[in-house]
Amino acid sequence: MLGNEAIARGLYEAGVRVVSSYPGTPSTEITEFAAKYDEIYCEWAPNEKVATEVAFGASLRGARSACAMKHVGLNVAADPLFTLSYTGVNGGMVLFVADDPAMHSSQNEQDSRHYAIAAKVPMLEPSDSAEAKEFVKEAYKISEEYDTPVIIRMCTRIAHSQSSVELCDREEISLPDYEKNPQKYIMAPANAIRRHPFVEERTKKLQALGEITTLNKVEKTSKEMGIICSGTCYQYVKEVFGDSVSVLKLGLVNPLPVEIIKDFAEYVDKLYVIEELDPIIETHLNTLGIPCVGKEMFSLLGEFNQNTIRKAFGMDMPEGKATDAVIPIRPPVMCAGCPHRGLFYILAKNKITALGDIGCYTLGSAAPLFALDSTLCMGASVSGIHGFNKAGGAQSEKKTVCVIGDSTFMHSGITGLVNISYNASNSTVIILDNSITGMTGHQQNPTTGYNIKGDPAAKINLEELCKAVGINRVRVVDPYNLNECDTAIKEELSVDEPSVIISRRPCALLKYVKHNKPLIVDADKCRSCKMCMKIGCPAISMENGKAKVDNTLCTGCGVCEQLCKFDALKAPKED
Amino acid sequence: METKNIMIVGVGGQGSLLASKLIGKLLLTKGYDIKVSEVHGMSQRGGSVVTYVRFGDKVYSPIIDKGEADFIVSFELLEAARWTEYLKPDGKIITNTQEINPMPVITGAAEYPADLAEKIRSAGIEIDAFDALSLAEKAGSSKAVNIVLMGRLSKYFDFTEEEWMKAIEDSVPQKFLEMNKKAFDLGKNA
Repeated sequence: MLGNEAIARGLYEAGVRVVSSYPGTPSTEITEFAAKYDEIYCEWAPNEKVATEVAFGASLRGARSACAMKHVGLNVAADPLFTLSYTGVNGGMVLFVADDPAMHSSQNEQDSRHYAIAAKVPMLEPSDSAEAKEFVKEAYKISEEYDTPVIIRMCTRIAHSQSSVELCDREEISLPDYEKNPQKYIMAPANAIRRHPFVEERTKKLQALGEITTLNKVEKTSKEMGIICSGTCYQYVKEVFGDSVSVLKLGLVNPLPVEIIKDFAEYVDKLYVIEELDPIIETHLNTLGIPCVGKEMFSLLGEFNQNTIRKAFGMDMPEGKATDAVIPIRPPVMCAGCPHRGLFYILAKNKITALGDIGCYTLGSAAPLFALDSTLCMGASVSGIHGFNKAGGAQSEKKTVCVIGDSTFMHSGITGLVNISYNASNSTVIILDNSITGMTGHQQNPTTGYNIKGDPAAKINLEELCKAVGINRVRVVDPYNLNECDTAIKEELSVDEPSVIISRRPCALLKYVKHNKPLIVDADKCRSCKMCMKIGCPAISMENGKAKVDNTLCTGCGVCEQLCKFDALKAPKED
Repeated sequence: METKNIMIVGVGGQGSLLASKLIGKLLLTKGYDIKVSEVHGMSQRGGSVVTYVRFGDKVYSPIIDKGEADFIVSFELLEAARWTEYLKPDGKIITNTQEINPMPVITGAAEYPADLAEKIRSAGIEIDAFDALSLAEKAGSSKAVNIVLMGRLSKYFDFTEEEWMKAIEDSVPQKFLEMNKKAFDLGKNA
């Protein structure tokens, strides 16, 4: 079972009733798998803050609830989290946060353990799928017993690794009657002042729990050497050392225990801390005055594996054979038939500055399109262009756009658009509406008309929404039509008011999207001008100086056909 | 039993996740401890993708690193060459000979190396290279390359035909079952 599937199973077994999340690699499958259980109400919320507050509401009403997000999603959800720490919970509440060391699919590699420390909430970290499921159930017990939201920290190698899991039955928990408790849940200053000492007291109690809980495991074998670790690092340590060194494996990573660490440190002659990303455990040991070796041997960057440890300890490294061939890199690319490609070509051709956002379309920043100027975080393109234009004035406004996907726009682009409207910048916002949340693997969102189960749902009308916040110029273009895009962008950049262009075409990978027949190259007409290569389509290459179309990839979108001045690229004639 | 390591590599979108899922299901029925590690998201968009499958009495790390793989199953020739250093000295590569140009080759910034299968062989690496794409098309769909490769891999393991078939049944939709069984046979007998 995938780690994320095991988490979903844990939610089922723990009797959870409500799960609300926003998709984000590597956390997405938690909610997708949870949605397969009819006993759990699941939904995609517009963003992580909303999702966390939905889970809060469900907890307030007495149900066990959850939300899942990637590490940067916790930044968005941080606002409710910090005060949830004060209110505590009614029904148990757990947040699942998946870190992405090595940034397989992320814009940074922040260590979410800092959040647990800062918000003063307990954090658990499993090291495989079986533990992931058990830790979920343990987390709900802790949440209710200690009156606190709990975070379970995952990482790519736990979330997306499969290992065996034993299944148990669901614990049925009846919904209690609702009782009003304003002193606990209305966090106005007078009440919050009374709740803060509770939080500090709770941390002490959780620290005491850390000394006795089975979440933390001591394996005392060798007296010579001991290693403190958690999560996936535990697996690498065991892979390299087996039972030949003593190991303290921490499952409760916040708050960290004191006595068992002291005891473990006294037991071994030499103590190491092996942790990915930031030196959280090491800093804790430093504070306790316990000598250990950590980041002086291990990197702050990326993810580790068994060879990271072998190398650090100067052990023999397995080696393989390399060929003498020069192997070109294979970066991810926009798919053949991707609706964003045509629009990005027009931006690049007109040398337009384009502030980008988070999604598949970030790939438009790569060669040969180089169509984007920035990518920061969800929604930052729409807020950013306003600042860019306020700073640059009319000159900027005439040649700057921002691009944002439909799902990202609903996540946090709309507030930026409200600002453009309210504070009046002449900005041009392009919504790349591919009718799905693409990058994370096709999740529904408020603009698609379907919910997480694929059932019909209210469909937010983007045109009406943009008009409602005060944008008068809203138009829709087909990104497969280059002339239409070119005209629309030039016109909207030239007018003296804010505008929204909705570039609308469903993602070419969606099952319901019918592809046209692959294009045919007329080699006699091809003059080898390479115009068709400028769009960076993986289906087009040059062979013996002539354009060549890969039939297994080409979707017949016709964007390259519009670029060819010699009619060499054509759709096949209908039979 | 010492842990065995299989890497499945290819180009995002070629169906390598299904192959790892299938092997995982097969190994589970054999009672092994198994770990399969995948990467989703950005790299799936036509990038270089890799999945690790490890099995044995007790498996700790979900990752396979340099010099550790017993087998590399590759969906594409350049990807086979990219990962050779991950093989044990006596490891084997099973690869589709299909060539898919990466973007730097398409834009002209780099070249797709010629005679790659031969270069791998002359580096002293055992390689079983064959045209899995044609066999998949013969079975009924170019998408069946993953099952053709599984058929080929089956030659190197002691699992029975029934065990493989059961894993295929559990992994592919019913309506494509016959086509995939044919793809498996074509790969096995190629």
